[in-house]
This record gives sequence, structure tokens and C-alpha cells, in this order.
Amino acid sequence: MIKRILLVEDEPNIIEAIRFILSRDGWHVTTHSDGTTALEAIGRTGPDVLVLDVMLPGRSGFDILRDLRADPATSDLPVLMLTAKGQARDREQAERYGVTRFMTKPFANSDVLAAVNAMHAAPGRDAATEEGSGAAADERAEGRAVLRSPVGREG
Amino acid sequence: MARPSLTGSRIRERRLVLGRRQADLARAVGISPSYLNLIEHNRRRIGGKLVQAIAAELKVDVAQLTEGAEAALVNILREAAADHRAGSEDLPRLEEFVGRFPGLAQLLADTRRRALSLERTVEVLSDRMTHDPFLSASLHDILSTITAIRSTAGILVETDDLDTEWRDRFHRNIAEESRRLAESAEGLVSYLDAAASAEFAGQTPQEELDLWLSERGYHAPEMERALPPDPEDVVARADGLRSRAAREMAVRWLRRTRQDAEHMPLARMREAVAEHGVDPAAISARFGVDLPAVFRRLAALPEDALGGIVGLVACDGSGTLTFRKPVTGFALPRYSAACPLWPLYEALSRPMAPVRHVVEVAGRAPGLFVAYALCRPAQPVGFGGPQVLEALMLLVPLDLADAHPATAVPETLRTAPLAVGTSCRICPRPACAARREPSIMAELG
Repeated sequence: MIKRILLVEDEPNIIEAIRFILSRDGWHVTTHSDGTTALEAIGRTGPDVLVLDVMLPGRSGFDILRDLRADPATSDLPVLMLTAKGQARDREQAERYGVTRFMTKPFANSDVLAAVNAMHAAPGRDAATEEGSGAAADERAEGRAVLRSPVGREG
Repeated sequence: MARPSLTGSRIRERRLVLGRRQADLARAVGISPSYLNLIEHNRRRIGGKLVQAIAAELKVDVAQLTEGAEAALVNILREAAADHRAGSEDLPRLEEFVGRFPGLAQLLADTRRRALSLERTVEVLSDRMTHDPFLSASLHDILSTITAIRSTAGILVETDDLDTEWRDRFHRNIAEESRRLAESAEGLVSYLDAAASAEFAGQTPQEELDLWLSERGYHAPEMERALPPDPEDVVARADGLRSRAAREMAVRWLRRTRQDAEHMPLARMREAVAEHGVDPAAISARFGVDLPAVFRRLAALPEDALGGIVGLVACDGSGTLTFRKPVTGFALPRYSAACPLWPLYEALSRPMAPVRHVVEVAGRAPGLFVAYALCRPAQPVGFGGPQVLEALMLLVPLDLADAHPATAVPETLRTAPLAVGTSCRICPRPACAARREPSIMAELG
């Protein structure tokens, strides 16, 4: 089964890196960079998992998330939210709007992989949105990833 | 208003300076020595003719006995005590404290001022951290760049079979993002350097301006000259004006002052005041200028041109005070919002309708004033832009108004003056209909 993911993010080099690691992990990756048209892109591509940045040109990730949850077609779509402002307020707001997982930048590649795969394996709302904050947790996650070292099909 | 006042302490102090005996002074003003003793210990209120007689005997102005330098000090400490449980219990003895320990009282007031100023600095800083758009954008930019670098570097390190084309590409991306990171960091550092200076001095720009204006008596002699200096130069030479905002406000004040002086030159204003008294309407008609300009002009005249001092306050459409020239007996709030019953706000609610009231200000030395107010809407960017309101209130002490037959206040107006205050917290009128928060003074009974 093809795992399809949509990445809504506006930093080209972040897009390139995430696209690379997700593709190697076997995901079919589509990207979109504009907040105002993000909902249409989601409707068009119908992803299994959505990675959504908070700060987008045109429209905030929070607004997009709220609209997604209000629409029955996407109310259960697993959403991983990325934010550069690791503030508690952002996290609270994302949780209030029904985010599946929340991750602060800068993140480890392995964290992203682990998160999207877990969300894909157990779709629907996951109450435990903690992705392991702090450097120690990041390193633990990274260590795990290195051990598993997934080898993708793409070169 | 039967609150203790320090008049007695000042009488005692002055009498001792002159080396006069209590009995001697009492006899000279026709009261018993024991009554004078009660007065000197602030146990009896004194006013009217008696204080005039004593002032004459002691060869000082009445105001020097009834107001004193402590008035401002008492006000600051009253505000401070209001916020403090144990302090508020001692409020009834506050004036006595100031009178007996002026040095300690000053210390307390200075400490309070310092604390407020530091609080404000912290507020500015935390405001900046949360709301400063540059800082927030800059941090976001830096975190995004670091994310790209970290993620790309992770790929380079963790992917064993990365082909050359991808590797070169990711190397290029890292180089590009590092450059961006260096630029963002540099920008942030120079921004923080610049911000560390004047903005955090602790005073608000408004306070800086107030202090500067008060030092020069709200009068700008250089702007009265035929060839006035450039306001920018005047402000650049002023030591007290450190923040950019305060300097801009001062330049604006000087420009307006100049404009008003051109319409109403000093020599002709002296003649006008001599003929009409401090009557804004008559002066407005005489010079053909609008009332707000006359209010400002009267407030910017030297004391000898008016025969006294008038106060002036201005506010914008939000009611925020934007200009304050205090006058003895009409205390202006330092940190809190003003009394909602001021004629200033009546004028604000009815733009272009002139308002005049005789007002009595609650306070330790209740003062009577003729308050003239007017609110004028402006369209600074044309009819397509927002309407900007400015209201002004000119405060003419009743005795100054009475000093000229043309402005003497008729008995019908003065019998029931409009009762106003400074600010609810420190206002002693318990039954005020417009009260927005309980008064600490009302508790004193």
C-alpha cells in the first residue's frame, strides 16, 4: 500500500530535506507552500498523513487545522504540526484545535519519521501528542532511529 | 474634606524659624495660645481669614503655608500606601508622617518611583519578547534555518548510500542556510544592541516630556522671538529628552507653540489678557483663532502675563491624557486614569460643543477652578481617513478668574460647583455616581 503524505511548509530547504527522508522511507510525498490554498491542496491530494507548519504565508496553520477538523471528510486526518515557536501557548492552541501530534523546530529527522509512521499505523486522534521534548529525548529518539536505520528504495 | 492637613506643622516651623513665641503669635492674630497650639499640631483645621492673618504675621504667602512642598510627596505616598495592606492602615497619619520625617518620606517616595520605573522596564522588555514583530520574525527565521541545517546535516551523516548528485545538492543547501543564519544572527545582535539604550530608561516618553516641560515652566521663550530656532535643534540640546519618542513629542509641542505664538504674539496677548482677563472666548474672537489654540496659548504664557498659572490637560479619543500642565490645587493623576467627571470628558463626548464649569477638586486643599473644555475632531489624512479627536481642558483658578472684572464668576455659578476628583482610587467622595473602583479615601470616613 502506498503511504501518501502532504507536506505544507514554506522553507524550500526544509521541504527538500523532509521530502528526501520521507521518500527514502517509502512515502509518496507531495508538498505545498501556500497557506491560503492549503485546504484545496489537501482535498486534491487526499493524503494519509498531513505535516503542517504553523507559520505559513497567507494563512496560519492553526486556521487550516481548525477548518480540517470541522470538515467530516478530514476530521480524522492525522496531522503533525510543526512550529518554530516552541511556546506552550502554541502547543495548547494546536491541541485545542485537535492536532494529532506536535513537533517543535529544529527537529531530528528520525523524530519526524517516527511520528508520521506512528500516526499512519494508528490513525485517528492520538491523545498523547508528546513527541519527547528537550535535547535528551531528541537524542534517545535519534539513537533508536540509527539502530533501525531504515533503508529506502530511492537512491 | 475634614482631613488633617500639614498647615499647622508649617506654621510652627515658620514661627520657630522667625524665633517667635507661640503666645506672641496667637495674640497677634487674636486667638488663644492653646488654640494655636492645637492648630500647630494639626489637630484643628485652619482656613480663611485666620490663615491669611498668620501668613501675614509670619511674612509668607498663604499658599506656602497651605500647600507646601509636601503636597506632591503626600500624593505619591498615598498612591503607594493604597496598594499596601499595612500601609493603608496608616493612611490617616500619612501627612503627619511626611511633616515629621520629610527625609524618610522622600526616601520612600523615591523608592516607590524607582520600583515603578523598574516595573515598567520589565514590562517593556517582556512586551518586546512577546509582541515585538522584529524579534519574533527574527527568531522564527533563525529556528527555520537551523531546522533546515539540522535536517540536511542529518541526511548527510546518516545516509550511507547517498549518491553524489544528492550529496552536492545538500551541501549547497547547508552552505546557503548557514549564510542566512549568520545574517539573521548579526541582524538580531545589532537590533538588541540598539534597543538596549534609551527605550529602557524606565521613564515613559510622556514622563520625560512632562519633566522637561515642567522645568521650563511650560513656556518656550525662544519660540516667541521673531526668528525662532529650529525646534529640532532646541530638542537636540535638551538633556532630559533621551528617548526618540519624547524628542518627537517635544518637537511637536514646540512647533505648535510657535504656530500659536504667530497667531497670538506675546505683546498682543498681554494686552488681550489685560482687557479681557483669562477669557478664552473673548481672546478667540479678538484674534480670530479657534478655542483649542487659545487654551494652548494661555497655558504657554509666562506667569507674569497672566497674573497667575493656568493648567491644561489634553486627551485623545480614548480618554488617555496626552498633555498635562498641572496647576496648584488640581492634582493630575500620575499613573492611573483620570476622574471621569472632568469637563474634559464631557467635551470629548460632545465634539465641538464648548463646556464650562466651576469645578471643585476633592483633595487635601480643595480648589475651585473655572474649567473650559472643547473637543475638536480632525481629519489628518483627509475625509477618507479616520477621524481623530482631541479634547482640551483649561483650568483657571477661581481667584485668577475673579481678579478681572470681565471673568469674575457670578454667584449663581459658584454656589454649586461640579464635584470632581483626581482619580477614583485616591478620591474622597464616597458617593460619587461615576466611581469606577472603590476609594481608599472613602474608608477613612
